[in-house]
Amino acid sequence: MYVYDQYDQQLLNERVAQFKGQMERYLDGKISEEEFLPLRLQNGIYVQRYAPMLRVAVPYGALNSAQVRKLAYVARTYDKGYAHISTRQNVQFNWPELEQCPQILADLAEVQMHAVQTSGNCIRNTTTDEYAGVIAEEIVDPRPYCEIIRQWSTFHPEFAFLPRKFKIAVNAVPGQDRAAITMHDIGINIVKNDAGDIGYRVLVGGGLGRTPILGEEICAFLPEEDLLTYLDAVIRVYNQFGRRDNKYKARIKILVKALGVDRMRELVEEEFNRLKDCEGKLTQAELERVKQHFIDPEYKTLSDNPAELTAAKEENKAFSRWMERNVRQHKKAGYAVVTLTLKQIGTPPGDITAEQLDQVADLADEYSFGELRSTHNQNLVLADVEQTELFGLWQKLKSLGMATPTLGLLTDMICCPGGDFCALANAKSIPVAEAIQARFENLDYLWDLGEIDLNISGCMNACGHHHVGNIGVLGVDKKGEEFYQVSLGGNSGGNDADGSSLGKILGPSFAREAMPDVIAKILDFYVDQRTDGESFLEVYRRVGHTPFKEAVYGKPD
Amino acid sequence: MANLINTQGPVQDTELTTVTLEQWQEEKASFAGQSLELTVSSDQTADLFGEDAANFARISIDFPKFADGRGYSAARLLREKYKYTGELRAVGDVLIDQVFFMKRCGFDTYALREDQIVEDAIAAFSTFTNPYQNDVHDQRPLFRRRLS
Ligand code: HEM
Ligand code: SF4
Repeated sequence: MYVYDQYDQQLLNERVAQFKGQMERYLDGKISEEEFLPLRLQNGIYVQRYAPMLRVAVPYGALNSAQVRKLAYVARTYDKGYAHISTRQNVQFNWPELEQCPQILADLAEVQMHAVQTSGNCIRNTTTDEYAGVIAEEIVDPRPYCEIIRQWSTFHPEFAFLPRKFKIAVNAVPGQDRAAITMHDIGINIVKNDAGDIGYRVLVGGGLGRTPILGEEICAFLPEEDLLTYLDAVIRVYNQFGRRDNKYKARIKILVKALGVDRMRELVEEEFNRLKDCEGKLTQAELERVKQHFIDPEYKTLSDNPAELTAAKEENKAFSRWMERNVRQHKKAGYAVVTLTLKQIGTPPGDITAEQLDQVADLADEYSFGELRSTHNQNLVLADVEQTELFGLWQKLKSLGMATPTLGLLTDMICCPGGDFCALANAKSIPVAEAIQARFENLDYLWDLGEIDLNISGCMNACGHHHVGNIGVLGVDKKGEEFYQVSLGGNSGGNDADGSSLGKILGPSFAREAMPDVIAKILDFYVDQRTDGESFLEVYRRVGHTPFKEAVYGKPD
Repeated sequence: MANLINTQGPVQDTELTTVTLEQWQEEKASFAGQSLELTVSSDQTADLFGEDAANFARISIDFPKFADGRGYSAARLLREKYKYTGELRAVGDVLIDQVFFMKRCGFDTYALREDQIVEDAIAAFSTFTNPYQNDVHDQRPLFRRRLS
């Protein structure tokens, strides 16, 4: 992974010093609440319902064991002993003291971590495929491009006060969308043209929130070295013309809709044509320098399906289930990609304790070259495990509660913090997730259902991505009471590059107690309708919305 | 009264004839031969007046709220696209924690809001030694400056 040199480290150290000074001036009353707000936000600090929340950046999900141990230390020292993996691959702490945040950031800087631009109206952490670099299907490893974008966006002088937040995601697997790029302000698809040159297909104007919109193509093929100057051009247009009068209409998606993507393209190209040959243009030397940080670790020469693995699978049903669900093919023979699920019943999705963090760091050292990844489904990944070690690893993960073989299944849900933590919530979301997990804990049933995304948000800000869940649940407020609206048919991409879709609302909302039954009705209807091997989404798309609606609400007379 | 500074410390203001963009566009000819300051608001993009920029000894860009970031793009476009070489001044809600960004985008004087501490603002001009991006003062991003 990327290792800081003296320049990166100096910038980070200067950032820590800057924020320390800002916090001191704030506590001295020299900066008003309103003026301190963007300063703390751009250092990852939200104020939520009970306490500030600190969102630590995990650039494109990459972590090493020293960083994970530091996160454990922070959780133990400054928080209530746990951390939370977010849907943008970041790590959040829910209970730090505001005054302690500068010290936490100083501690994190020792391991090259920070909370830079994890909130606020600026360019946020760039996300990508959690399996980047270890799957054979990708055109090229997307992580160096993400790192280059990270550096370009960090303290960008012109774009620290955009109309609204700005998120970029990168996918590098042809025919798939492994980073939900259609839901981002800018989605970058790394592609190869007919001549074999690397470049990008660029989407603009996607986003969820109150007005969910999928991004549209603004550039079919952008040459590799034009990445940064093109981003400068897009965001400069947005910075000048994006709406600032209404924060709900301030995202770039609204500008793109207002102008139309063709007009947007004209404006961007005019700017880009002027910038593209300036010194801001990315160089092959820089690409090479950054790519050097992501070269393969020293893999051994091994072969797939060693005898001990085959034997263990035959002997142990639970192990073979876990293998089938949570372990993925690696590009290198004899290795495997292992997902550690953070979805046990009884803990909010994505939560992890300090002890678990320490143990996971040890596992990373022992089994996976000391590295780990966080995923947008709020799980963790050990990306380079030798297949002969899988059985031993599984036993350890089981005792840690991280081997639930449910990756991609109903109970592997995405869920926002909701009313338990978040002041903006209309309703709680974690108890709904827990009630559904408890109702559907039978593994045979979950397996039989197959892959289903269930996403829950506590309000229309959509932190839980409910619009793109196959089943989406949204907390709504009806005369001061908490209700839940269900939508069906959303999809965030995944195996189908053009398969993204936004869910459609099923009908009137439900009380919390009713939710497990409602989900059960939907699932029963699916099981009843499916023909061999059809997924939930396939059935929904085939039979349509109305039959599902009738299955839940009954037929109209 | 705002405190006028540059990166070194407080500076004296120079008296110029002030025109708004509307006045300039309506009666350009009447300002001939005068030393002018153009005042622009944050919703007036640089492309509206960039071609005329050389007529002004000073252009003052307003930040109605510090969180309104349009002025950064305006300044940069004036310097880089329209090659404006006169004085660029940030006025309005100009705060300590924004001046470093403003400097990089090409401002050279700052009408610091009156409650802001001048020494802290001067110190803020040197917040970061080697930023990643190119800016108005150095056309090379860090990746062209980096010594490997
Ligand atoms: C508890 C404190 C939180 C607050 C106050 C909060 C607030 C918000 C708000 C206001 C938005 C909407 C912004 C907009 O698009 O206009 C938003 C979006 C978002 N939040 Fe949160 N959030 C919180 C926690 C989280 C957590 C824990 C996660 C991850 C699990 C998260 C993930 C997201 C994502 C991914 C979006 C973007 C949706 C999009 O693409 O438009 N948030 N949040
Ligand atoms: S979706 Fe709403 S309730 Fe959930 S974390 Fe976001 S703002 Fe809070």
